[in-house]
Amino acid sequence: MKIQSNVAVPAGVQLPIYMDNHATSPLDPRVLEAMLPYLTNKFGNAASRNHSFGWEAEQAVETAREQIARLIGATAKEIIFTSGATESNNLALKGIAEMYRERGNHIITQVTEHKAILDTCKRLEKQGYRVTYLPVKADGLIDIDDLKRAMDDKTILVSIMYANNEIGVIQPIAEIGKLCHEKGVLFHTDAVQAVGKIPVNVIADNIDVLSLSGHKIYGPKGVGALYVRRRNPRVQIAAQIDGGGHERGMRSGTLNVPGIVGLGKACEIAQEEMTSEAARLTGLRDRLKAKLEAELDYIHVNGNMEHHLPGNLNMSFVYVEGESLLMGINDIAVSSGSACTSATLEPSYVLKALGLGDDVAHSSIRFGLGRFNTEAEVDYVAAKVIDVVKKLRELSPLYEMVKEGIDLTKIEWAAH
Amino acid sequence: MAYSEKVIDHYNNPRNVGQLDKAASEVGTGLVGAPECGDVMRLQIRVNPETQIIEEAKFKTFGCGSAIASSSLATEWVKGKTVEEALEIKNTEIVKELALPPVKIHCSVLAEDAIRAAIGDWKKKNGVAEAAEAAAAH
Repeated sequence: MKIQSNVAVPAGVQLPIYMDNHATSPLDPRVLEAMLPYLTNKFGNAASRNHSFGWEAEQAVETAREQIARLIGATAKEIIFTSGATESNNLALKGIAEMYRERGNHIITQVTEHKAILDTCKRLEKQGYRVTYLPVKADGLIDIDDLKRAMDDKTILVSIMYANNEIGVIQPIAEIGKLCHEKGVLFHTDAVQAVGKIPVNVIADNIDVLSLSGHKIYGPKGVGALYVRRRNPRVQIAAQIDGGGHERGMRSGTLNVPGIVGLGKACEIAQEEMTSEAARLTGLRDRLKAKLEAELDYIHVNGNMEHHLPGNLNMSFVYVEGESLLMGINDIAVSSGSACTSATLEPSYVLKALGLGDDVAHSSIRFGLGRFNTEAEVDYVAAKVIDVVKKLRELSPLYEMVKEGIDLTKIEWAAH
Repeated sequence: MAYSEKVIDHYNNPRNVGQLDKAASEVGTGLVGAPECGDVMRLQIRVNPETQIIEEAKFKTFGCGSAIASSSLATEWVKGKTVEEALEIKNTEIVKELALPPVKIHCSVLAEDAIRAAIGDWKKKNGVAEAAEAAAAH
């Protein structure tokens, strides 16, 4: 037999196909165009107050600040530039923990957060903070009652991500924010996957601090921002990088002007095109899902599909190991929750948090559709995945046993 | 993961895929690994009762590319060998042949286990004395 697939490539489709837009997204050519002058002639330092090079750079930065603020319903003064969302998350959590230490030492987050949150929390625990990691339900959503129960008089901060990077599930952010404000607890959200994809409004959602990133929204890498609320309440953050006192003293370091210009432009485009783009991506996502479900048995979608990012589809192809599937579709860039694709040889902790067995987590593929994916690409991806999954199942002893009616849970497997 | 050409070749064109009648007396079946670990191999051999030569080998594997390649290679290597010769196959030889990276060495171990399990099953069925020894030695 041959695993190698010879699915016809439709006209207009160029290989390899990029469908991993939760990992990073390509730079939009319009963003590049906006950035170019700031990589060449307009090279000034935004902190130079006494010549035109500096003024030009500062003006560009302030324009970007407004573009970003507008996208999330904030004011320009509430935007702090960082090197990316990992830094934003670190600054938010560590900066708040340090600043509000006298008020309390308890932080609440949840198990499916990005490592930039979880590892920061672990460090804070070593420093004497108490962290509650809320579980998620089988669909990936947290239970608001769990959050209510976890809050006590020492709670200073709740950090819950807006949308999950693996399973695309959107948490009930407005409800969480409302609860936090009622209790006088600050609310931070890692909104990297949500900003620019779905409507995010810091006022309506009662968000106090929000992390976002450039390269997830067709902007450049190496630039991100932190929204820090200035009124009702005024949030204070202890700086984690000391230096020239840039960004209202919260984040020193010469501003990455071209990156910031790119982030601003990316936000402007995202805001203008969000409605149509979300509708288009939802259509493509549903088309992919329908095609896979029509041809393959023993597959299931991971995560709640109602509260879901437009471009995300996370599916388990049971009885097929994720890495071997990726090998068979090596002209398509997607990612897998399989342990064999990770450095740690552990399957995805996000999928395990949903209560999936390791065997199902090993079989998962994340499709991340984005601005530049086409319907023809979706059709090719669906055909190729179907072809390779069918062949790998011919090769799978588990699939054969299940088809013969053997209950796999009754077999005594020798773990190794 | 950048795989060697040999792994990719075995993955794209796996040898000896299929199943043998596990009830037949001349057939030995080894099923090793576990679904939650991400790999399960089933390796089967058909042994000539006169010569003790493995005349046919078949496999099916759930697992990553190197697990598939290791078990595919194992079926090629056991074919034509006597049962005792096949027991000499070491996982390190599989690692070398396929140029497996360190994180994939467990795939080769599993393939060696599969060979031993299949031979053990055949010995048990046919009342060959060394069956217990072979199992204990591992």
